[in-house]
Amino acid sequence: MSLRRLLAVSRKEVFQVLRDFRSLLIVLLMPLMLMTVLGYGINLDTRHIRVFAFDREGSPASQDLLKRFESSEYFDLVATVTDYRALAAALDDGRCQLAIVIPHDFSARLHDGRPVNVQALVDGSDANTAELAIGYAQGVLGAYGATVQADYLRKSNAPTVNPVLSVEVRTWFNEDLESKNFIVPGVAAIVMAVIGVLLTSLTIAREWERGTMEQLISTPVTALEIVIGKLLPYFALGMLDTAVCAAIAVWWFEVPFRGSLATLAVGSGIYLTAILGLGFWISVVTKNQLAASQIGLVATFLPSFLLSGFTFPIEQMPLGVQPFTYVIAARYYIVILKSVFLRGSGLGALAGPLIALVAYALIMVFLAKRSFHKSLA
Amino acid sequence: MIERLRQILVKEFIHLFRDKHARFSLIVPPLLQMLIFGYAATYEVNRVSTAVLDFDHSPESREFLERFSASSRFQVRYILQNESQITSLLDHRRVVLVLQIQPGFAELLRKGRTAPVQAVLDGTDSNTALIAVGYINQIATRFAQDYQLQLADRLRPALMTFAPHIELQERPWYNANLEGRWFFVPGVIGTVLLVTVITLTAFAVVREREIGTLEQLMVTPISPAELIVGKTLPFLLVGLATVIITAIAGTLWFQVPFRGNVFVLLLGTTLFLSSALGVGLLISTICWTQQQSFSLAFFYVTPAIMLSGFGYPITSMPHALQLITYLDPLRFYLFVLRGTFIKGVGLGVLWPQMLAMTLLGAGALTLATLRFHKTLD
Repeated sequence: MSLRRLLAVSRKEVFQVLRDFRSLLIVLLMPLMLMTVLGYGINLDTRHIRVFAFDREGSPASQDLLKRFESSEYFDLVATVTDYRALAAALDDGRCQLAIVIPHDFSARLHDGRPVNVQALVDGSDANTAELAIGYAQGVLGAYGATVQADYLRKSNAPTVNPVLSVEVRTWFNEDLESKNFIVPGVAAIVMAVIGVLLTSLTIAREWERGTMEQLISTPVTALEIVIGKLLPYFALGMLDTAVCAAIAVWWFEVPFRGSLATLAVGSGIYLTAILGLGFWISVVTKNQLAASQIGLVATFLPSFLLSGFTFPIEQMPLGVQPFTYVIAARYYIVILKSVFLRGSGLGALAGPLIALVAYALIMVFLAKRSFHKSLA
Repeated sequence: MIERLRQILVKEFIHLFRDKHARFSLIVPPLLQMLIFGYAATYEVNRVSTAVLDFDHSPESREFLERFSASSRFQVRYILQNESQITSLLDHRRVVLVLQIQPGFAELLRKGRTAPVQAVLDGTDSNTALIAVGYINQIATRFAQDYQLQLADRLRPALMTFAPHIELQERPWYNANLEGRWFFVPGVIGTVLLVTVITLTAFAVVREREIGTLEQLMVTPISPAELIVGKTLPFLLVGLATVIITAIAGTLWFQVPFRGNVFVLLLGTTLFLSSALGVGLLISTICWTQQQSFSLAFFYVTPAIMLSGFGYPITSMPHALQLITYLDPLRFYLFVLRGTFIKGVGLGVLWPQMLAMTLLGAGALTLATLRFHKTLD
């Protein structure tokens, strides 16, 4: 392998990248755009659930209960209606996510100590929000019930034994449980998946499509020099984008960075090698930009989002789906990113995912090289 | 004119279904993605791996911890002996939650005072942690209530029969068991459709330009509008077929109900596809290389998915981002999908979404045609 020839191939590739100024601009703007949209757009902390109220009694007691819903940070009491049909219509067109129905004998039942049922009609089409809404509503009602009960016990001179459990939650690594700290570090994995597989596979497929690959092969450059030489500029671009992502995360979103830059660089370098190898392999196999992009898409883009643990935790997936996540390189890299940022983990604690990525990278480079040799023969 | 249109349509269809590879990539990846992602996307929190550290060893502390073992939300994996074990378990991501009970827990409860329970949580995944905190509080509140009732019952049995008792009676509409998959399966159908259609059309014009066949087309008597129609119609049909296949698979495989009218869904799909195709063609007409158009397609698709309400609630986004979501056809289409699948609502409810998609589609297609005029000059 000659360094001179390798760098010549790289130089040619750099010219090609620089000449296509618009693609380069998109690649450089990609982390900025993704960071903005994902950092601000993904907030799983559900608040402002739209509530409709149907108060069939209209007594001071029922108004008192509704006021508690109004003052809760989780709920926005949007409207008060006077019949069920209005509730049904509002649930149908999404104006209302939770409807509270207070029975007509609310205060009478409370007074007599008969059980009172407050109805919560909830839009189940979004099950996650529905479950959170039910949980929060139970909290509001529970607090109201406890006050009423305490009043009653005080009035009847009962012995005031009121044991309470207080749960002291201490959160580690992401102390304020902020969504952005959970989401933003992982964005680099998505950006690199797009750059790594899609751009690489397209440039190389283009050479095949236009027939310039044959010209390259007829020069004294060896197969390995072509592979490394062509990937080198994209490796640099990918590392640059990672640095941009990390900088935005730390200085703009103020995500804590507790690990070392060296660990981040090592993990990113290995992940990028794996991803570039995958891209190269796809392009050698397809030799066609359209097909390369379609396969690259199925292999990386959506899986990096949905199967990597980026927002949907892998442990919560059904056991039948979890094995699929092991073939997604982003899965390992996302663990590394989140651990380096939030936990401050070093190479030792991350040995598992790092070894997996090294193995992944080796397999990809091997497959790419083998297919390349085959297509030459 | 009809004849010219027919000719270009025949050409495009031959192009689409020319080889086995293309036919395969039109149908199989969307189907496969829907099956896997339909399982992967979930916010349900179950089996949170938990460690317990009980310094009190009382019947009360045992009963309290028992409630965690009995709950499907938590899985007690480790029973610890001392505090030093906590750090190592959390650092190595073995557990997400450690519950710790100090000596004197039962005594405080018996005296009717506030008994503390420490919960140490791994906050890296803020969403899981937040939901887990909710479940911990639920269990703790329930335990305290039961304990209080037992205590009061022992002291003054007669009193408790008249104590006010209030309960939330939740009635989830549309989805009685709050199956999270019912929310995500229609969402995955829309997302996969958007990605497939945009990436296919983004190549449509630019590919002809790069290969040099666009000049050949231009010397034929075909008008730009005819060419645009010829380019979009096959993809529209492919998109409709994709929706029908994935919708059937979704209802049969995931048992998601389809309660609405098929024609309303098809109308909504057609309107959505026209906006997606418009955007794809616009990308295709402003780019010079396939690589550019592919990068730009990603630049569009990623925020379109993130801001659509696919998995991240729009109401929790900052106001500026919420305004941008009105430009996202996927936002309106997901509402139509969920409306027809789960709620079974018709045009009476869905007309604003239909109107919005019509406007977006008309705008995008007009821009694409205008741009195409320009590029012909």
